[in-house]
Amino acid sequence: MLRALLTRLATTAVTLIGVAVIVFVVIRVVPGNPIAMMLPPGATEADIARLEAFYGLDRSIPEQFFIWAGGVLQGDFGTSISLRQPVAGLVLGRLPATLELSVLALLIALALGGTLALLGTRFRGHRTEAAVDVTNGLALSVPDFLWGLLLIIAFGVVWPVFHIAGRVSPALDLPFTTQFYLFESIVRFRFDLTADLLAHMFLPAVALAIPLAAIIGQLLKQSLKETMHLDYVTLARTKGYGENRVILREALPNAVLPTLTLVGVQFTFLIGGTVIIERLFSYEGLGNMAIDAVINRDLPLIQGIVILFAALFTAVNLLVDMSYALLNPRLRHG
Amino acid sequence: MGETAQPALRADGRAARRHGLGLRLWLSGGWIALLALAALAAPLLAPHDPLAQDLFAGRLPPFWVAGADPLYPLGTDSLGRDVLSRLLYAARIALTVALVAGALTCLIGAALGLVAGFYGGWVDLVISRLIDIWMSFPPVLFAILLIAVLGTGLSSIIIAIVVIDWTRFARVVRAEALTQARMDYVASAQIAGMPRRRVIWAEILPNVLPTIVALLTLEMGIAVIVEAILSFVNLSISTDDPTWGGMIAEGRISIHQAWWVLAFPLVALFLTVLAFSQLGEGLKDRFDPVLR
Repeated sequence: MLRALLTRLATTAVTLIGVAVIVFVVIRVVPGNPIAMMLPPGATEADIARLEAFYGLDRSIPEQFFIWAGGVLQGDFGTSISLRQPVAGLVLGRLPATLELSVLALLIALALGGTLALLGTRFRGHRTEAAVDVTNGLALSVPDFLWGLLLIIAFGVVWPVFHIAGRVSPALDLPFTTQFYLFESIVRFRFDLTADLLAHMFLPAVALAIPLAAIIGQLLKQSLKETMHLDYVTLARTKGYGENRVILREALPNAVLPTLTLVGVQFTFLIGGTVIIERLFSYEGLGNMAIDAVINRDLPLIQGIVILFAALFTAVNLLVDMSYALLNPRLRHG
Repeated sequence: MGETAQPALRADGRAARRHGLGLRLWLSGGWIALLALAALAAPLLAPHDPLAQDLFAGRLPPFWVAGADPLYPLGTDSLGRDVLSRLLYAARIALTVALVAGALTCLIGAALGLVAGFYGGWVDLVISRLIDIWMSFPPVLFAILLIAVLGTGLSSIIIAIVVIDWTRFARVVRAEALTQARMDYVASAQIAGMPRRRVIWAEILPNVLPTIVALLTLEMGIAVIVEAILSFVNLSISTDDPTWGGMIAEGRISIHQAWWVLAFPLVALFLTVLAFSQLGEGLKDRFDPVLR
């Protein structure tokens, strides 16, 4: 177990270093000088050269990489060119917004997917099951970007009940000390703010959740179907337990494990989806910042964000593997 | 009881799926064929020049809404450009990207997957590690990054899609090739003296081909979406050329004044993506040896 964990940590490290090297090299082949873009038109060659030296862009790429990597090990991710602030602070300031959106989306996906699977199982063979299958298929075929646009039309224009832009109403006075607005508003019992935050976050979260909900619905339904044929479930039935109890109390606990593993992997795709969904809903998270950084050719910022996303992805995968090993007794000694 | 009920139940489900299969394939294939025709005939069908602006005819609604101009059946955008003509010309770009990017991604990804799965050893190790690294990039961010590097333009979009999505094919084909390579028929072909390169071509590839075809169709849908996302963030081809994503971006801004500028390209994109993915799923089921 320990050895497996160490190997896993080592491959994770290799992956992250690989990501860092690739991003570093790729964005330095970018045509278009970021320094020239930040100076006023009248700047002299000497001005440009001085700023390039300040950002270390006059050195060779391997040299730049080792200077950057040395800084990263000390928690210094460089200075953003377009925003002129330390990258670490900027990126960490935006991370909570993206995390809150992703977790909300995950919860919605679990609720929706679970409901679909349970409905399909409870009414198997009926029209309801067919409807569940069609819903799942449709939700899976269309990506989050398109669901987001459809939600904008439906609940932003035709029936405007939710906000379609931003994270929180700008007129509100926010008493928060951290960037975890949603979490803090609940902890501080400021439910008026919670309501406003949710009205902003609901549509992007649902857009992110729909494809994942379909996957959860499909997989959980399948494994419920297999579990329902096992002898112990038949036994529960012969004892006279009702169908609802058989499904919820007997079959569900055993059917949940394979779904949970998959949810972990799929959650990383959901986090990746925040990039475009945040852009679509003008939500001030990491993804929206990333697109701006690319458009502004802000090399240090792009690097910081991509590394953070990659770290997030690998951390989620690692957690999933570990929790799977803990939850599955067959893997505990191996 | 469970033992006997199960196979019957499964056979039932299979029959039902096969029954629905034909219709699904026809509908999705039909939409794509229709779209391809419309794209090819865009210069004949389009009532206006897709780039021509008429500032006096800005934000005209579609024909069934009061105040519409019959010259512009699906209305105009804020610059007075004809929505229908732009939709038709944008279909050309969407389908070109789907076809070219899909085919190239398939070739490269499937080749790497076959080699990794069949030869194993260090080749497999290197390719698998590459796939792992690739999978830890958020794909949309990766695409935007690549476009920033390559510059905008049709070929950049295609290259970006190939660079990002080869892992989709490589992962699945590698796993399939791995299973096939362990089968008895492969061993017997090798014992009979067939060279390894021929084993890949003559024995493994034909067995993996159905999966590849299904993946290719799915990939075409993904390519259409990626192109739309890139033009939505204004990083696709030049802003002059009409694209569904670009039209959606314009429509998103004027959504409260002119919903049709957003709605029509959205419907076109939605149906096309749905059609490609249903076609892919349908082909997967049809080729599935267990279902057949």
